[in-house]
Amino acid sequence: MQPIYLDNNATTRVAPEVLDEMLPVLRDHYGNPSSMHSFGGSVGALVKKARARTAQALGCRPEEIIFTSCGSEGDNTAILSALRANPEKRHMVTTRVEHPAVLSLAKHLETRGVAVTYLGVDAAGRLDLDELRASLRKDTAVVSIMYANNETGVVFPIPEIAAMVRERGIAFHTDAVQAVGKIPISLQDMPVDYLVLSGHKLHAPKGVGALYVRRGTPFRPFLIGGHQERGRRAGTENTPGIVALGRAMELAVAGIKDENTRVKALRDRLERGLVAAIPDSIINGDPENRLPNTTSIAFKYVEGEAILLLLDTFGICASSGSACTSGSLEPSHVLRAMGVPFTFAHGSIRFSLSRYTTDAEVDTVLTEMPGVIERLRKMSPFSAATDEKPSCTC
Amino acid sequence: MWEYTDTVRDHFLNPRNAGTMDDADAVGEVGSLACGDALKLFLKINDAGVITDATFQTFGCASAIASSSVLTEMLKGKTLDEAKKITNKDIANALGGLPKEKMHCSVMGQEALDAALKNFAGEAAPAHEPEGELVCKCFGVTDVQIRRAIRENGLTTLEEVTDFTKAGGGCGDCHERIGQILAEELSGVVAAPKAPGDGAPKPLTNLERMRLVTKVIDEEIRPALKNDGGDLELVDIDGRVVLVSLRGACVGCPSSKLTLADFVEKRLRETVDPEITVKEAR
Repeated sequence: MQPIYLDNNATTRVAPEVLDEMLPVLRDHYGNPSSMHSFGGSVGALVKKARARTAQALGCRPEEIIFTSCGSEGDNTAILSALRANPEKRHMVTTRVEHPAVLSLAKHLETRGVAVTYLGVDAAGRLDLDELRASLRKDTAVVSIMYANNETGVVFPIPEIAAMVRERGIAFHTDAVQAVGKIPISLQDMPVDYLVLSGHKLHAPKGVGALYVRRGTPFRPFLIGGHQERGRRAGTENTPGIVALGRAMELAVAGIKDENTRVKALRDRLERGLVAAIPDSIINGDPENRLPNTTSIAFKYVEGEAILLLLDTFGICASSGSACTSGSLEPSHVLRAMGVPFTFAHGSIRFSLSRYTTDAEVDTVLTEMPGVIERLRKMSPFSAATDEKPSCTC
Repeated sequence: MWEYTDTVRDHFLNPRNAGTMDDADAVGEVGSLACGDALKLFLKINDAGVITDATFQTFGCASAIASSSVLTEMLKGKTLDEAKKITNKDIANALGGLPKEKMHCSVMGQEALDAALKNFAGEAAPAHEPEGELVCKCFGVTDVQIRRAIRENGLTTLEEVTDFTKAGGGCGDCHERIGQILAEELSGVVAAPKAPGDGAPKPLTNLERMRLVTKVIDEEIRPALKNDGGDLELVDIDGRVVLVSLRGACVGCPSSKLTLADFVEKRLRETVDPEITVKEAR
């Protein structure tokens, strides 16, 4: 059975056009770009082309792009670089809804003497920019705020935030892993110091990403070793991955209109249809400022893992903010930060679409989902009737 | 994705005896919407004290639904005395095992059964009046539940207590208290509160102590050190003297002596034996 893949914020299918450019590099052009011979040198030319394509897509200079292995590497490199470049500053600002690549690093830095301010969000997942302004201190080394949230798709006003932070002379980093390829981004228009993206979220393969470092921003490498990436990231280049990323970035720019019209319309049809057909369901997040491909819907009285496993029997792939899927016992930190009631948070499901999502696939979900929820609700001891008498010892 | 057995999958996809029972003789209810899982168990019991029918309603993940379903199958035809003997282990075994992070689902089944049997005997349902001291406020778990899980499943670490009871899986404020309960249970000093002075703490045998030291070091101490780039190796255990060798970032670290005394030794004294000393192997 061909899966109905609606989990594109987790990872994406490699675009056929990307695969076509990547395979010859994997198979034939296996030279090392650092080598003196022309066999290796020709691969260096491919890397150069990929760098130019990536820069072009982001509206920056090629030398501002450092290829990495993944989003987490980019985030770690950027934040640690900003801290090492400002050793006298021991404060960092981030949000409570970041990806673990930033959040776990921040927690770790706290054990190393860095003070961290975690900004909260409102019920719709929005930041309070006044709170951000008030959090900036003389000893703030870096502000790290994601471009768009992976779970709810809520988009933060990064150009405005970057301007505010930069005005204070503080380095600004944004984890744009979920945003690149889904909404238009131009680094010409915003004073961001570090921006991170990941290939496998935009139809390139896993194992490649990029870190943008603005020209003039102090930089301290994370991986020390060879001179690759102009001494800023040691390690022999993942040449097939880099070539793939270059092509994927080009496709992302070309497809940005489709993403924000056709894909968005599919997403809207999906979420409106589900909320209309299923009682006691709500949409999580800010409907105004959201990625065009993402919807997070909470279904009361049922639990997320059970929903996912029943959807799986129909070949429908989605994900959940439920505790039971992660092995932790608390529902997603993002939904908790938004104050989504436990009663809804446990039954939250995320559908994330892509350029490959079809009308027929959305129809299948609209057909099957009400039955899935009904089946689980029939089994559940809770319903609207039991809401009046909470029996909570928690 | 969880590695569920075929039996778990079967009971989740084709749950047996799901639904309410209008003429139930006993009802047991545990958990809540906020906790993320809840189970309501209904029993029909005849005059001879035999369970003739059992149904359930469950809010929770696949393994919670499967645990409930298999429990109703196990209960049918059993006498009340036989039913009382069912433990969470029996439920997990009937499913061919559960991932360790999901063991609390089997505990929920056993607790709902317990509540139903008490309900039949005319006692208050414990879900609403939990007995014992409330330890985990996030998930509403009492020391009575924690101690039972420790004894019936041979738990020795905080992580295992969380896997089986959910206690400590939220804010973490109760980790210290769970550590104390574990230490009490493991060292045997948990004298029945009603009969103080009755029976001195049962000392650990050498073998028990060695196994416990190894377990605490492997599952608690080493992961904590590794978080900071360090590590240690257990070299020898001689009675109550534990010989270790520091590794990784701990080597040459000026605070490693402090780590040994303040963390490794303290933790082992708390969880294994108050007389343990930790020395560095040369």
